Amino acid sequence: MEIEKFHYDNKVVKYFAIATVVWGAIGMLVGLLAATQLFAPEANLGSEYTTFGRIRPLHTNAVIFAFVGNAIFAGVYYSMQRLLKTRMFNDALSWINFWGWQLIILSAVITLPMGFTSSKEYAELEWPIDIAIALIWVVFGINMIGTIIKRREKHMYVAIWFYIASFVTVAVLHIVNSFALPVNFMKSYSAFAGVQDALVQWWYGHNAVAFFLTTPYLGLMYYFLPKAANRPIYSYKLSIVHFWALIFLYIWAGPHHLLYTSLPEWAQALGTAFSIMLIAPSWGGMVNGLLTLRGAWDKVKEDPILKFMVVAITAYGMAVFEGPMLSLKSVNAIAHYTDWIVAHVHIGALGWNGFLTFGMLYWMIPQMWKTKLFSRKLANTHFWLGTLGIIFYALPMYVSAFTQWLMWKEFTPEGILQYPNFLSTTLQIIPMHMLRAFGGLLYLLGVFVMVYNLIKTAKAGNFVANEAAEAPALEKVVSKGKEYWHRVWERKPIFFTLLTTVAILIGGIFELIPSFMMKDNEATKIEAVKPYTPLELEGRDIYISEGCVGCHSQMIRPFRYETERYGEYSKAGEFVYDHPFLWGSKRTGPDLHRVGEKYPDSWHFNHMYDPRSMSPGSTMPPYPWLLEQPYDLEGLPDKITVMRKLGVPYEEGFEEEVQANAMAQAEGIVKRLEADGIETVPEAKIVALIAYLQRLGTDIKVADK
Amino acid sequence: MNILVILIIVSLIVAGGFLVAFIWAVRSGQFDDASTPSYRMLWDDATTKKEDKKSNQSTNHKQESHGN
Repeated sequence: MEIEKFHYDNKVVKYFAIATVVWGAIGMLVGLLAATQLFAPEANLGSEYTTFGRIRPLHTNAVIFAFVGNAIFAGVYYSMQRLLKTRMFNDALSWINFWGWQLIILSAVITLPMGFTSSKEYAELEWPIDIAIALIWVVFGINMIGTIIKRREKHMYVAIWFYIASFVTVAVLHIVNSFALPVNFMKSYSAFAGVQDALVQWWYGHNAVAFFLTTPYLGLMYYFLPKAANRPIYSYKLSIVHFWALIFLYIWAGPHHLLYTSLPEWAQALGTAFSIMLIAPSWGGMVNGLLTLRGAWDKVKEDPILKFMVVAITAYGMAVFEGPMLSLKSVNAIAHYTDWIVAHVHIGALGWNGFLTFGMLYWMIPQMWKTKLFSRKLANTHFWLGTLGIIFYALPMYVSAFTQWLMWKEFTPEGILQYPNFLSTTLQIIPMHMLRAFGGLLYLLGVFVMVYNLIKTAKAGNFVANEAAEAPALEKVVSKGKEYWHRVWERKPIFFTLLTTVAILIGGIFELIPSFMMKDNEATKIEAVKPYTPLELEGRDIYISEGCVGCHSQMIRPFRYETERYGEYSKAGEFVYDHPFLWGSKRTGPDLHRVGEKYPDSWHFNHMYDPRSMSPGSTMPPYPWLLEQPYDLEGLPDKITVMRKLGVPYEEGFEEEVQANAMAQAEGIVKRLEADGIETVPEAKIVALIAYLQRLGTDIKVADK
Repeated sequence: MNILVILIIVSLIVAGGFLVAFIWAVRSGQFDDASTPSYRMLWDDATTKKEDKKSNQSTNHKQESHGN
């Protein structure tokens, strides 16, 4: 047998590792800033660019796609070469992958604070960046599949299957969810509307959790945990079974994000059923990881790398137990729109993704620098800071969730709401938000300790950019009669990729196709619901751009305590012209779906200028720039044209009158404000925003009259 | 509502298919040797380390095999 000599590419891994740490620290710092603003809105420094609504998506994107994304690439590029006994398929592709991804992150760092956002959660980036993401992701895919094809190892180890599934699914999700028609270079409208848009968004959103935050990390776990513990994974058989079950089931679970909304009941039930089943394969992965350490717990006591991994896997187990539980309707009623969800995702992000990344870095860096970890003690310090950080983060959030929910639903014996003012429920949980920020601070401090430790480690060693390796060439496989099909698949990467694609597509198709086939204009049509006027549309875009949806939902659920507080619950037919939907996922402030005509225009004006003047103690920051900046009157006709293409019934030729129409409505608002002693101009953003807010949820009120 | 009937039928067929495939796989011993791969992934470091130590001595061998 000929032994071939080749070199592993460590350089690209090193770059990805550095990017992981740098973006991780930045992303968490932004998170800390956002957390602080929830109890001290002044922490936005009075700037529109650092206000909660705009930096929240920056934080989520930075942590998910910059921190975890780079960690995935670092881990995949490191482990795949070794598992497949070959250098990456093409060095140029590796570097396009690296620099392309960093440029995308950089563009997010610039555009999100500027208010360019599609408002789709975890997919906020605007269409040119979406296209870039798709391209770079495909580059990664080509590089990965290419590497798999030129491998020297016959069988693809289980980690590789997880990588393949992640690549395929993220590509599918990203492309479908990003369907949008551009209005101009940095503005687009989602191709889907209302209920459909919400379904597509959460089909994407949930599976971004599944195939960006879970499956790649399970792959990394299957490589780095056995390596760090120096013992094989507990059960390879279990890994096969839980792999197929996991990727097949996960894709169906999205609708559990939309329980009690105007999403059709069958879709909600489908999502719930699959979410509950999902616990089996999820725990399969957790059990497989933890049992790998069977008989090696003495090592865990001493080795900080294993400590990180054990807590990571435990956090994964907790989060995926919580997931099915949260998809039960009765539990979901408590968790949705409260901090429970925030706690849930952070157990996953801080515990599972964060800690596994740290364990991986602590293991990988000394390997590539051919040295030992500089300080075990500091790594232990990091471990405890991080663990305490997670506890200080999560526990107050659970308390906060229950407090808020209990207050929301509390009725007096007379049958009126005990806390009719939403703000009182927000103010009650402020101490919990302070503790949460403290937890975040601890966690971030731990990261800085790690940075110091890793730099010291690297300085003590010598980096091997191209690591020599040798392995026999891949033999032509001659069938020896008794061959098992899964074994055969594991040797056929393209076929394996196709199978994976089929497995994940079934769920997606089942969820999406029926809702597209339903002519929802007929099924849910409400005669009184009319398209937005041009000024309202512009106001809606300002609302989106300021990230208002990050704190305010537009979906009143059919609970007595919600209809009592806000008014008639939301109907599917009310959203048919909403590209994109804005149902929100968190209520830091009240729901706004029925806010239209509730207050005079001047109330909204004063509220945006100084929220505390209208709602004493409010944690909403002031938006003085809305009073000064003009909206884009020139751009309005294009927006109408694009909306018509998406099926919104604006009359042909309406473009000619759009600006006059908007001006007329704006002047009406200006006059009403004037009557209340407020001077403003019809071109100010605030006027458009007021137009939109006053329209919200009023269409069916007209019908009632 | 028709779509529901179709979905239920199709999903039962798919689920049944998966079940049959699974039972068949277990019966025909597909998962009998599911341990070697998990050991194999641990070996590569040993080879590399050995190779690193030997790298000064191995000369002919290296050039010969490079031709592949």
